[in-house]
Parts: sequence; C-alpha cells; structure tokens
Amino acid sequence: MSVDPSLNRAPILERFGEAIEDLGTAHGIEVFAVPPEKIVEFCWFLKDDPALKFNFLSDICGVDHYPETPRYEAVYHLYSLPNKWRIRIKCRLGDPPEVPSVTGVWRTANWHEREAWDMYGIRFTGHPDLRRIYMWEGFEGFPQRKDFPLRGYKDKLNPFGAEGPPPTQPDLATRDIP
Amino acid sequence: MTEVTELMRPEGEALKTREVLLNLGPQHPSTHGVLRLVLELDGEYVERVDPHVGYLHRGTEKLAESFTYTQIFPLTDRLDYLCPPSNNLAFALAVEKLLGIEAPIRAQYIRVLMAELARISGHLLITGALPMDLGAMTALLYVMREREMIMDLLEMITGARMHTSFCRVGGVREDLPDGFLPKIREFCDIFPSRIRDYERLLEDNRVFLNRTEGIGVISAEDAIDLGLSGPNLRASGVDWDIRRDEPYEIYDRLDFTVITRDEGDCYARWRCRVDEMRESIRIIEQCLAQMPEGPFQIDMPTIAFPLDKERVHCSMEALIQHFDLSAYGFNVPAGEVYSAIEAPKGELGFYIISDGSPKPFRMKVRAPSFVNLQALFGVTNARYLADMIAVLGSLDPVMAEVDK
Repeated sequence: MSVDPSLNRAPILERFGEAIEDLGTAHGIEVFAVPPEKIVEFCWFLKDDPALKFNFLSDICGVDHYPETPRYEAVYHLYSLPNKWRIRIKCRLGDPPEVPSVTGVWRTANWHEREAWDMYGIRFTGHPDLRRIYMWEGFEGFPQRKDFPLRGYKDKLNPFGAEGPPPTQPDLATRDIP
Repeated sequence: MTEVTELMRPEGEALKTREVLLNLGPQHPSTHGVLRLVLELDGEYVERVDPHVGYLHRGTEKLAESFTYTQIFPLTDRLDYLCPPSNNLAFALAVEKLLGIEAPIRAQYIRVLMAELARISGHLLITGALPMDLGAMTALLYVMREREMIMDLLEMITGARMHTSFCRVGGVREDLPDGFLPKIREFCDIFPSRIRDYERLLEDNRVFLNRTEGIGVISAEDAIDLGLSGPNLRASGVDWDIRRDEPYEIYDRLDFTVITRDEGDCYARWRCRVDEMRESIRIIEQCLAQMPEGPFQIDMPTIAFPLDKERVHCSMEALIQHFDLSAYGFNVPAGEVYSAIEAPKGELGFYIISDGSPKPFRMKVRAPSFVNLQALFGVTNARYLADMIAVLGSLDPVMAEVDK
C-alpha cells in the first residue's frame, strides 16, 4: 500500500502553525499531533480544504499509555477519496480524558466515539448519544485500559477475575444516558 | 356494526395509534447473528432504529495485547468468520510493514488467491441470504452448494474449513498441496455458470426486485459521510477499491474491474457483490497463471520457522529457532502502523502500536461491518419494518466482526 508522497503539509502547518505538531511520516502515513481544543477545527479544515479533501473518516480509537503522562490518546485516521492520501491525527489527553466530538464533521464518528468511550472512558463532549456500545449498561470500569485486568474483576458472575481495587474512577463509569 | 365503529373512533377524533417499541433480536433469523434492534414503530412504519451490539464482544483487541503476533492470527479468523483469509492477510501486512519485510512472491500469490476465494465465499452468502430474509429460501440452498466447494478448497490448503489461520508473518504456513491446481481450475470453470444460475433465479424475479429496487437508497455523499466502504460504498457510485487505489501484495499485477453502481439501493448492493464474484474468479485465474515457483515463506530465522522442517529434527540451531519462535515469538520494532486492505465487507484496517516487544502494545481493528451497520441510521427512505430487514440484509454485517 503506497501513499502518494505529494501530500503537501505546508498549508496545514501554515494554517495552524504552532498549535499543531508535525510528527513526520510513519510507514507511509503523515502524522500530526493536535491539541484537543483544536481537533474539530482541524478536522473541518482537512475535510473542506479543496487541495486536501480528507472526506472519509476511517477510524477513531483510544490508546492508553499508562503509566506515562499524558496518559490517553485519541487517534483519528482519515482518508482522502479524491487524492488517495491517508493521515493520522493524534490527540493527547490528560486524565480524565476529554475531547470534543467530531460527530458534526462525519456522522460515522458516532459509533467510533462510543467505542472509545466504552473501552477507554474518553469522554467526547458534544456527542449526541454517548452510551456504552459493547459492554452492558450497568458495567463499571473501562476494560481496555491498561490497569484493567485481562480477566476482569472477581464477582459472583466472574469467579476467575482478579482480586483488587475497584476500577479506576467509578464515577466516570456510571451510565451516561441523557 | 355502527356501534363498533363509533367505539373505535370517537366522534371528532382521528383514529389514535400508539407508538410501539419493538425488540428485534438478539435471537432473530433476520439479524444475521446476535444483533438487537430497538425499533420505535408507528404501525408498520419505523420511526427510529437503535441497533444494540456487543452480544458477541470477545475483547479481541484486549486479548491481542497479551498474545504474540503469531498467536493473534486465530483471533483475526474470528472477526469476519465468512472470510478468514482476508483477515489474516490484513493483520500479516500490518506486522510486515512494522518489520519492514515483504513475503516472497509465491506467498503473496497464495495469499491473494485465498483472499479472493474468501471474498467469493463471503459474497455468496449474502447473495443467498438477502433473498432469504425477504422470504425466498431457494437461492440460499444454491449458494451453499458452491460455498461447500470453496470450503473444500480451503480445507485442502489449510486443513480447516472455516478458521484457516493460514498466513504467517513473512509468508504462509505451507505451500499449496498436490492436486490443488486441478481442483481450483475445475471450480473456476464451473463457477461463472453458477453465478448465471443465481442471476436467473433472482434478476427477473418481480418479488425480489420489488423488495429491493429503490429501497434503502444511500446517496454517495451520505455513504461517505457514514463511512461505508467496500461494495456498500461502490453501490452508491463511489469508485473506491483499496485493491486498485492502494495496491498491496500483487494486486498491481492483476487486471480486474472495480464494480460500481449508481443506484445506491438494496438491489445495487446485492448486484455489486454478484458482479464482484466474477471479478474474483478472473483474479484467481490470473493468480494461477502467474504464480511463480519459489519459497512460501521468508527465509529469516528471527521471524519464520525453518523452511525445511526436517532441519528441526537434526540441527540444534534450527531446534532452538523453532522453540524460541514458538515460546517467545519475535520482537517487532517500536512504531505505529495503520494498514488497510479491501476485505469482502470493506476497508479492514489494523492499527498496531508496537513497543518493541513480541506482543503488540495496542491493536485496533477497523472493522468494516461495524461501520457499515451504523448506516442503518442513515437510511431514511426505508420506512416499512420489512424494508428495514432488506436494508440490513443488503448491508451485510457479520456480527462477529461488528462486536470484535
């Protein structure tokens, strides 16, 4: 899979300047780090700019870099259907992780963000319907965080789970249905 | 009689209907697995649909973090279980990119051949399952006959019918077996006429056409906005196929047509897949014609088992290599990679973060079915409940891939 190397990063850097960080190219994909407050603006720019046209959102995922700080990351993979370029946007997030939702830019972001919320507890502000998607509604904790045991916590339904403290930040884990 | 009517319809008031909340699934034959749809119904009309997924959630991504790279292959099998070779291929390509290696040419041909067999197998199922959802059972029985042939071919290569786990990082597990070529040639000869059979069965079938044509139309803009990929996107007129646009393996050496339709309705989505099967047969025939002799796996002791298995029994170094790779795995350089292929359902991407150890730090699967299923929201003109079933069937989600 080869990406046309002619993605011109100059207009992107010119427009956002110091606010974003150019992380170079990783295995054929351009990588930018964007602060969470800029993410929606950055996505709109990439989508609407006539030279770039990143109109297809491939994927949004959460990453937990425990025990490093900043601990969380939201990673966006975009694709430009007219230009056939890919781009990766990384959004480093503190604890508790919070980032504006891009559901306004692409409707497909809806479920990706719900998944990242479910698995990592990343709160996407402005998301129309931020519920758990895989785990059941009363579930506590965020299972893909690095400090969540692989077999879960021991309870009456899960005798093989790990003994231990309750999941991190149970207040965040409660149901978030409006 | 008049009394009854007056009871039902009090004077001056229209007939009152109540909104009904209906649970469709998770155990329902039309939902292709354990999908639960919460429907708000106004009579026969669907006012709102809320898909609840997760009944099949196995935590593939979390599990992968505690598995070595070779051990993850069986996990990828179980994503889209109709076409495991594609999933294996997608994962292998991602890891190979991180390692900076490429499989030998023969292995690439074998992988592509199997991926295309898998594509046919996956598309066959929806070719028969969509009419079945709409009440026509016959087609499903016919496609199962041909699917069985593919199963036999896969069993011949891998020893397994469904969960093949045949790819390895840097190649495939074994070479093609003796007697395989005549079998697959026979399949290639028979299959196009079988596709004609399905078409004859359904193409001019008034009931099937009425239930699919103009139903669940998704415009090109909507399809992109909703993140549809694969045949679902191409059926809306967007000409995008990763095999052609970002060629991986040996797809740039092959000649095939990317099938698109402009209608964007259920029939177009079904039709796209039927036509893609023909292209897959063409690809397989080209693979067979072009496939060179050579090793089926990279010769790299740090990554792959010894090519000659006999050496494990008589050479100390080969034994250590075999043991080390089985027990410890191999280190993958730190870095991040996103690699996508054109799986039968759409863009199947693996995003892998490696920290230099033999296990991935993070593996994210961009599952096409997960994204495609979401498009149920976006389908506005399928208003009858029965049409919703047609749309769901034509989007062709595999729940194992949706739930990961």
